[in-house]
Amino acid sequence: MTQHIVSGAFPFSAIVGQDEMKQAMILTAIDPGIGGVLVFGDRGTGKSTAVRALAALLPPIQAVEGCPVNSASPEQCPDWAEIGSKNVISRPTPVIDLPLGVTEDRVVGALDIERALTRGEKAFEPGLLARANRGYLYIDEVNLLEDHIVDLLLDVAQSGENVVEREGLSIRHPARFVLVGSGNPEEGELRPQLLDRFGLSVEVTSPKDIDARVEVIKRRDAYENDNGPFMQHWRLQDSALRQRIVAAKQALPLLKTPDSTLRDCAELCVALGADGLRGELTLLRAARAQAAFDGDAVVSRVHLAAVAPMALRHRLRRDPLDEAGSATRVARAVDDLFGPQRAAAE
Amino acid sequence: MMLPPLDPWARALLVLRLLHVDPVGLGGLWLRARPGPARAAFSAQLASLPLAQTRIHPGIGDTELYGGLDLSATLGAGRLILRAGLLAEAGVLTLTMAERCPPGLAARLGQTLDARGCALIAMDEGAEPDEQLPAALADRLGLFLCLDDLPLAAVSETISGDFNAARALLPHVVLPATVLADLAITAAALGIGSLRAPLLACVAARAMAALNGHDTVQPEDAQRAVELVYAHRATVFPEPEEPQQEQTEQEPEPPQDDTDQGQSDQMDIPEEILLEAALAALPRDLLAQLAAGQSTRATANSGTGAARKGNRRGRPLPSRPGRLDGRNRIDLVATLTAAAPWQPLRRAQAPHHAALHIRPGDIRVKRFQETSDRLLIFVVDASGSAAMARLAEAKGAVELLLAEAYARRDHVSLIAFRGEGAELLLPPTRSLVQTKRRLAGLPGGGGTPLAAGLKAAMEVALQARARGMTPSIALLTDGRANIALDGTANRALAGEDATRMARVLCAQNTPALVIDTGKRPADALRDLAVVLNGPYIPMPRADARKLSVAVGAALDA
Repeated sequence: MTQHIVSGAFPFSAIVGQDEMKQAMILTAIDPGIGGVLVFGDRGTGKSTAVRALAALLPPIQAVEGCPVNSASPEQCPDWAEIGSKNVISRPTPVIDLPLGVTEDRVVGALDIERALTRGEKAFEPGLLARANRGYLYIDEVNLLEDHIVDLLLDVAQSGENVVEREGLSIRHPARFVLVGSGNPEEGELRPQLLDRFGLSVEVTSPKDIDARVEVIKRRDAYENDNGPFMQHWRLQDSALRQRIVAAKQALPLLKTPDSTLRDCAELCVALGADGLRGELTLLRAARAQAAFDGDAVVSRVHLAAVAPMALRHRLRRDPLDEAGSATRVARAVDDLFGPQRAAAE
Repeated sequence: MMLPPLDPWARALLVLRLLHVDPVGLGGLWLRARPGPARAAFSAQLASLPLAQTRIHPGIGDTELYGGLDLSATLGAGRLILRAGLLAEAGVLTLTMAERCPPGLAARLGQTLDARGCALIAMDEGAEPDEQLPAALADRLGLFLCLDDLPLAAVSETISGDFNAARALLPHVVLPATVLADLAITAAALGIGSLRAPLLACVAARAMAALNGHDTVQPEDAQRAVELVYAHRATVFPEPEEPQQEQTEQEPEPPQDDTDQGQSDQMDIPEEILLEAALAALPRDLLAQLAAGQSTRATANSGTGAARKGNRRGRPLPSRPGRLDGRNRIDLVATLTAAAPWQPLRRAQAPHHAALHIRPGDIRVKRFQETSDRLLIFVVDASGSAAMARLAEAKGAVELLLAEAYARRDHVSLIAFRGEGAELLLPPTRSLVQTKRRLAGLPGGGGTPLAAGLKAAMEVALQARARGMTPSIALLTDGRANIALDGTANRALAGEDATRMARVLCAQNTPALVIDTGKRPADALRDLAVVLNGPYIPMPRADARKLSVAVGAALDA
């Protein structure tokens, strides 16, 4: 049997189209505080490809060697973890897969049965939440995730800490991660509570344009059958993008946010009737990240308008009898509020 | 020049040859066949594949798939024994009873397939069109073969020969850019939204070329690839027919006329041949459906996402002996209690072992009882003049109920009856998106085949119960039955049939309620409600909100 040698994930820059999805992922890489991305769309549109490609774009983190929760310094390591080394090494940002049908034990961690039974020791075996600390947690088919796992994730995402009180163990460790989810809305809806947890939400469809479709096939074919030159070409583009992300990260604290922009944020959210204040906060953060990425010094309406659909579309109160999609409603509200100014700015 | 279409067994043999050449690249095979001589013959041929073959079943657990601690062996030996998972070593996985594959397993196998970790042969034994492979897997498996209705007499030859030459040639096969573009355009013309399909067709075309000893993919290679990869995925008929993509699962293609005009303008000959080849290979029922402008069958497994019985939450039940297979949780106290009485005996048997003596038989697993999901089946009268208004309100009520479904764990289904029979408009679902797509346009008018409506409802209810849901029926009508089950306009017989169906429903213990939307309450409907043993709610001016409140209240009571 022949097996072509394919090395590395499909490069992020080589993804054809799907600009909104790529934009959302770049923004969350610039500012993880935005709170993750939800990608909803049809099968075979490159949702998982994009998430796996994202890992290559993320700048590495500094972590203690062998620490189960990727602590930044030896003092922060949890006391239950038996770590031999005190070296701080540079390692890729963790992107952890949370498979469907995963058990609660594997998510939060549990008694290390192996050691309990063979050596009679009570030890904690960290779960996926520990490994995802300071990184990304990716859930494919997030809308099919069982409810009790969703409850658990909501709780941990809110507190940033994983508390395990079971089977005689009492353990807590930090679990701050960015949630990235993907799914097909026809297979089931997502609970509003979990929906709200995602900072940005994008909808992807198969490209309609024949040329774009042909280009997708061409690149994927090159990736699989002509891997070396293909990766060489796109890796350059990826690294240019990564540098831009790193630069944007550094520029982020220096950005100026005028009061008028804050006002615009609030007005937009009020006009749309978005629940809670998380909408405003995410909208502002995303707009700041967008401004930093664009190399601008001041956050303006242009940036707000660019990120408004992805930051707000999943926060609108759902009206089942309204035929228009929520993205259209956001776009309409943006036009109503900012329309004249945007035209003037251009 | 176009090759003639293959006869079924030749097609099966070609599939086998392709699997010999590049099993992992192709993802694998979706084999739809009930047990029978043809399938047995085919399976025997499959055994000659050069890769390690492993059979898995839909109930397989994570420990078996991914490996891990072998608890029984560890306990028995008193030292750590790890076991490799099936996915780590497998070349070809054979999934039996693939139509029962749960979404979780489909997602995990899908991830493995995406990582090119294995090839999967999904043995789909579904008897009905609505029992089939989860779409997440069907999308990733390159080849499709249906061996139903194939008599043993058609099984003529077997494959033989050496595929080493083809395998050696495969990495050097060149796929010309024009052929690649043709494959992509053909997929779009057939309404195949997923971009995995053209990619798999490229792989198949290369394998086909390698098989035929071509070092460049020839048009006939591409043609066979299209026949094998595209035929079962088609969702639209590539003729300028009326647009009908409402109910298709994939994103509707751009307006069909555009594509077609584009084709007639710039299409070169090979592409036309590809399209024709795909059409010639379409399964017969699919062809008829497409030609009639109906939806395809790519709908079965959607909308039932969360309908599984859980065993990790709910009210606790006493624990019971079991194996730790990755899905059960150990009840540590019960396990120790079970092991305790045996300690002196076991210590005497193995004095050198100081720690607790725990045997596999001592393991107790936790159990939980969970209430199942509810399914609400709306049976709506679409006959007569008031049909449109009533249907519209029923649709509104369905969507309102779905909007709160996440909280109440409800699924909703909608059946309309009119003219001579009933039609399942919305299979059980929790998806608002799907509901909107399906309920977009509904016909109305004609007679009142009440019995047919109830019968359809009963079928849906039975299926739902088999999936672990609790069905209830809400009947919305204003009139008396006037069409009997056999389609004749006989008022007396129609009434009798309706009463009979109601009695069957009642005997099956399916809760039901009757909502009378007529201006004046009808005695016949009141009697029907009595037979159904359910509440009778007169509601002369039904509106969506009132309706959803009334139904919710009646069912919660």
